[in-house]
Amino acid sequence: MAKHRITVSVNGEECRREVDSRLLLVHLIRDELRLTGTHIGCDTTHCGACTVLLNGVPTKSCTVLAVQAEGAEIGTVEGLAGSDGMHPLQEGFQEMHGLQCGFCTPGMLMTGVALLDDNPDPSEAEIREAISGNLCRCTGYVNIVKAVRYAADKIGEGD
Amino acid sequence: MAPKTSARICGVGHSMKRKEDPRFLQGRGNYIDDHVLPGMLWLDIVRSPVAYGKIKNIDASRALEIPGVLAVLTGKDLEAYNLHWMPTLMSDTQMVLPTDTVMYQAQEVAGVIATDRYAAADGVAAVEVEYEPMKPVIDPFRALEPDAPVLRTDKEGQADNRIWHWEEGDKEATDRIFEDADVVVKGKMHVPRIHVASIETCGCLADFNPVEGHLTVYMTTQAPHAIRTVLALVAGHVGLSEEKIRVVSPDIGGGFGGKVPVYPGYVIAIAASVVLGKPVKWIEDRMENLQADSFARDYHMDAELAANADGKIRALRIKTLADHGYSDAQASPSKFPAGLFSICTGSYNMEQAFAEVDAVYTNKPPGGVAYRCSFRVTEAVHCVERMVDVLAQRVGKDPAALRAQNFIPKDAFPYASPLGWEYDSGDYHAALNKAKEIIAYDELRKEQAEKRTEGELMGIGICSFTEIVGAGPAEQFDILGIKMFDSAEVRVHPTGKAIARFGTKSQGQGHETTYAQIVAEELGLPAAHIQIEEGDTDTAPYGLGTYASRSTPTAGAAAVVAARKIRAKAAKIAAHLLEVGEEDLDWEPGTFSVKGAPQKSVTIQDAAFAAYTNPPPGMEPGLEAVNYYDPPNLTFPFGSYICVVDIDRGTGEVKVRRFVAVDDCGNIINPMIVQGQVHGGLTQGLGPALYEEIPYDEDGNNLAGSFMDYLVPTAVEVPAWETAHTITPSPHHPLGAKGVGESATVGAPPAIANAVVDALAHLGVRHIDIPITPDKVWAILNEKGVAE
Repeated sequence: MAKHRITVSVNGEECRREVDSRLLLVHLIRDELRLTGTHIGCDTTHCGACTVLLNGVPTKSCTVLAVQAEGAEIGTVEGLAGSDGMHPLQEGFQEMHGLQCGFCTPGMLMTGVALLDDNPDPSEAEIREAISGNLCRCTGYVNIVKAVRYAADKIGEGD
Repeated sequence: MAPKTSARICGVGHSMKRKEDPRFLQGRGNYIDDHVLPGMLWLDIVRSPVAYGKIKNIDASRALEIPGVLAVLTGKDLEAYNLHWMPTLMSDTQMVLPTDTVMYQAQEVAGVIATDRYAAADGVAAVEVEYEPMKPVIDPFRALEPDAPVLRTDKEGQADNRIWHWEEGDKEATDRIFEDADVVVKGKMHVPRIHVASIETCGCLADFNPVEGHLTVYMTTQAPHAIRTVLALVAGHVGLSEEKIRVVSPDIGGGFGGKVPVYPGYVIAIAASVVLGKPVKWIEDRMENLQADSFARDYHMDAELAANADGKIRALRIKTLADHGYSDAQASPSKFPAGLFSICTGSYNMEQAFAEVDAVYTNKPPGGVAYRCSFRVTEAVHCVERMVDVLAQRVGKDPAALRAQNFIPKDAFPYASPLGWEYDSGDYHAALNKAKEIIAYDELRKEQAEKRTEGELMGIGICSFTEIVGAGPAEQFDILGIKMFDSAEVRVHPTGKAIARFGTKSQGQGHETTYAQIVAEELGLPAAHIQIEEGDTDTAPYGLGTYASRSTPTAGAAAVVAARKIRAKAAKIAAHLLEVGEEDLDWEPGTFSVKGAPQKSVTIQDAAFAAYTNPPPGMEPGLEAVNYYDPPNLTFPFGSYICVVDIDRGTGEVKVRRFVAVDDCGNIINPMIVQGQVHGGLTQGLGPALYEEIPYDEDGNNLAGSFMDYLVPTAVEVPAWETAHTITPSPHHPLGAKGVGESATVGAPPAIANAVVDALAHLGVRHIDIPITPDKVWAILNEKGVAE
């Protein structure tokens, strides 16, 4: 199996690794970098539990090879909270009860963060459309939508 | 109802933010696949492509040449240890790995052990298995025909494909009513095979220590203690003794009943760890999960209601065929092969009922689990709630009025149902009236009439369900003989903080918060100061686990009883500290004070400190208690749901415009969490109503084996759920609470199905089987000449 040297930035930290051609990005993140907040829920790019930010774009990391991420900036759930506490979206999920088992939550958060970067004042329909590639079996989505709105309002107040 | 405790104590009735959230939100959850041990190996599984066939040969030689592949385990290998078969929770049997025959597509055929997950997958692809396919039996009706091949030839005395026949009720008395009833309506319906599809699949990490003979299994299980006992019973003969087995259920990414059974993958991983003396991890992928793990439902029901001409229901009769696949691997209580299907008389007062179920074997994966319901309640409720609508159509009555006419009146509780249950409490009219008021029912009917004149298809559907949750009582309920009590152990530390451990296991329900609030309510300690632990059989008291909405009714009640024991001891200590008699004390949450002299007081924290530093003479030091709670009855939560749908005449698509859910689960511990449970349950009711099904073709191929074809609702399909409550406390639960986690999954499908049928009723439509997909609706529209 061919090996490739890659350099990626994960949550602002540079990582150099030698990886197999076929290593999936999600396995690089979970098994090699041990950032286990990113989850795996399916094999067909449907569930979105593995969503990370790849150069700012929400991306299902089960369908990207690690070598394809060469030179990229990767953002995972572990990078969301800062020294001043949780990200407004994380706070919104807790305040609005936007999570139950927590398994889809990291992917939802990364999709939500990207949405708010792109569209700081999304409507309910826009939020629902944005998270429609992230499946949740616990919450029924209503409170996730509210959590994203909570974060939009909170970030908006800070501006 | 206003909470009795302050926001600081945060007892029952507060919408406390969840204690488990910060770790989940920051990627610090600890799910099964996050576990890693030194020297850990990987198990991946070779699965059968055929639904029924002989195994002619298994050739592992190419697989074993792959770097990293260490071993390939087959049924023959396990047979050497007599571990190739295992019992199911329903005392049937199931192969762990086959020695000669495969019975369903995706059945486990061999286990490949390798040093990493990629090598294990390579090994699976390289194992060559030669099959001699046989004609499978897929249709359960075919399975009962006299000339159908007998599938379970392994079972001595099994002469056909019938597993069991179950019946409940007075058949003759019921038949007599049907003979002289004014009106009899009939319905034929199938509640099809579906899958819980929790976003985390199943898996385990088995770690056998050959020096100490000790096995630790980290696994996705909703019932860790029961699993430990099953493992000891199954593998006792190879030296696994119960005190040397530790089952740890870590954070679980959704369970919904799918993580109650023991799947072959767990056992293969354990066997591999025992054989190789190293930790072995098995994580199934989504396709394995959907194709091989326990399904739910698959009840074919013929139902009849007998009524007076004015719509007064007199009797219900149901004949059911249950397709269990290859083995009866349900997770139902032992004495209830058809689960709690006998709740099928629902919310209605009637003279008699008779229900029967025949279970059969077919060449499909074994099951079935409950999919977020208390053992077949969903099937029962779907049946009666659809039939009530069929009756309303027949006698020309509004379905809300017909329900109200037939409800068990609130002064009739406790109510003895014709099929033997004693409903604890209910006020069904109040719930229906509230739902009608919120959704403005009468206005909707007017709107519907106007729309019909314009050719638009709008429907209004109602479901007024009664659930039955919280098993025990132990006298009736057991799993493999183990009584269905549950437990809590509460320890108060010297500084007035506490830890409480439970025999249940949260999979997202928020136990770390809810249980802390229950203990806070009883002891007056802040819920924030109470640590909750579950899932480790080495530390938690024995319990039967979390499913069937049983945690609050059983373990929640155990927490109350244990905490009250602690408070009773704390009162003795407080009396000693205050130098008064115990009878002279008043209790406000968190504080004992002297009657008539409230300035003389000690806090629960003071009493806790004294329990370790200054106990009264002769008193045993320490402050802790345990309770194993055997409930005197089940709890019977209920609700009325009303749904409005619009149907697209061009595509047949059903759009849920509004959905009002009024639930009554007795007293509410955390309103925010209860609302979240209802939202989730409604969504898992919407899925089976409109999208979810696992169909098979005649060769036994699974036609919805991945998320490509098994459609679970996304945020786009799900409406903005509207929820409300009535509160009718359970008279026997120490907090007056009832279970709620599954009510909405049970109540939503018939409300949606009734709405769709209602939208098409004027065209002569009387019934549509779920899932009501656009193609089914479009075919009806086309047939009736109204498709656009």
